[in-house]
Amino acid sequence: MMGYSLDFTAVLAGEHLKWLLSGIQVTAELFAGAWALALLLAVVLIVLRNTGLRPAHWFVTTYVEVHQNVPLLVQVLFWYFAVPELLPAPAQIWLNEHNSEFILALLALSFCIAAYMSEALRSGLRAIPPMQYEASRALGFGYLSTMRYVILPQAARLSLPPLINYTLLLFKNTSIAMAIGVHELTYQSRQIENDTFRTFEVFAVATAIYLLSSFAIMALGALYERRAGLQAR
Amino acid sequence: MLQILRDNWVLFLIGQYPAGPLGGLSATVLIAVLGLGLSFPCALLLGLGRISPFRSIRAVTAIIVHTVRGTPFLMVIFWSYFALPIIIGHPIAGFPTLVGALVIYESAYLAEIVRSGIEALPKGQIEAARSLGLNYRQAMMSVVLPQALYNSLPTMMSQFVSLIKETSLGYVISVNEFTFAAAQVNSRLLTKPVQVFSILALTYFLLCFALTQSARAVERHIARRRREDPAVIRPLESFVVEPAP
Repeated sequence: MMGYSLDFTAVLAGEHLKWLLSGIQVTAELFAGAWALALLLAVVLIVLRNTGLRPAHWFVTTYVEVHQNVPLLVQVLFWYFAVPELLPAPAQIWLNEHNSEFILALLALSFCIAAYMSEALRSGLRAIPPMQYEASRALGFGYLSTMRYVILPQAARLSLPPLINYTLLLFKNTSIAMAIGVHELTYQSRQIENDTFRTFEVFAVATAIYLLSSFAIMALGALYERRAGLQAR
Repeated sequence: MLQILRDNWVLFLIGQYPAGPLGGLSATVLIAVLGLGLSFPCALLLGLGRISPFRSIRAVTAIIVHTVRGTPFLMVIFWSYFALPIIIGHPIAGFPTLVGALVIYESAYLAEIVRSGIEALPKGQIEAARSLGLNYRQAMMSVVLPQALYNSLPTMMSQFVSLIKETSLGYVISVNEFTFAAAQVNSRLLTKPVQVFSILALTYFLLCFALTQSARAVERHIARRRREDPAVIRPLESFVVEPAP
């Protein structure tokens, strides 16, 4: 550490600042896209599980166990190296023309987090006593309005804490996309480090960006939880 | 797939071991066990700090825990791999770097498990212990912690599964572990990515799934003991095993 003087200008100016900003943009896109897709997939999974069909139930259980017990990096590598091989040639060509790293990383992240999110939704649904459902039907509500007005509002509130937790984990894990060369924040900070040898400065900046965003997610989650909690009373 | 396994099982299991560094699956397990063993004492200290009677200790440990939990693990690895050698003046190998990064990262997560385990115990426990004449340290060591740690055993086990999964990120800094070994095999064969990465994913799955199932079995056992044995203290809130990617 002797003789090492901090100098942020090499990192926060000119070409390197541009790299950093584009990294932030890619991370944000990856996070937002994967989050939306994961939530959608999680809802599909939970609907499939609740159809009462044995094969559907078996499929969802296996899906969840596989995605929860294989490292995310291995899933990302599998999507990147193996999945394109399994696709027909036109799809491979299309992928290569359309930033395949980004698309495959986004798919890997959302398919993995969907497994966790569907479990969060399931634990929320399971906590609602079946009597609520029966009472609502007895009061003349149909299946859909029972779900809409009685079951889902309560289940959503109960699922909220784990959902926020998984949102945070998804955000942090977008960094894994760098392993297949997605130009997101971690990748770009490595590039800048390579270019400038300003190791402390560039990692400090990147870590600060990640930390601030994580704290923002935690704070938004806490706010949302408090509001959802108030509505219940 | 079987052909690939037959040709490369030594590399998958132990890497280039007698000739080079230990690698493959055994390195993955070794890194995970070392990571858990070394982070547990740190986690105990951090967790006790989080509920310390002193406000300054509570504040410092809260900042440490939240900072680590808000940072991607890959960033922690990069700090240890690229920044730490500049501070201490000489380069460190990938293996200790990964173990060190795991200890930093997992201590924060395990500390929260320890804390919630302690907080879930009825308050009467520590009050009873103190009124029997035990001091704070004695009450913690011989009354509170044994019960809290026993109750949080399933959560700890599922955290160990997360830890095993996190060791795969050693691949990014070229630590000789299981994912790295598979990537080596993949780049040598070139044309068999589906088979190689299926072997990789399936092996991780078998290892982690077995541990997840044991965690669930332990959780059921503890739940049954709580129902049947009045001497086992029920925590106020139940523990939810919440795994992480």
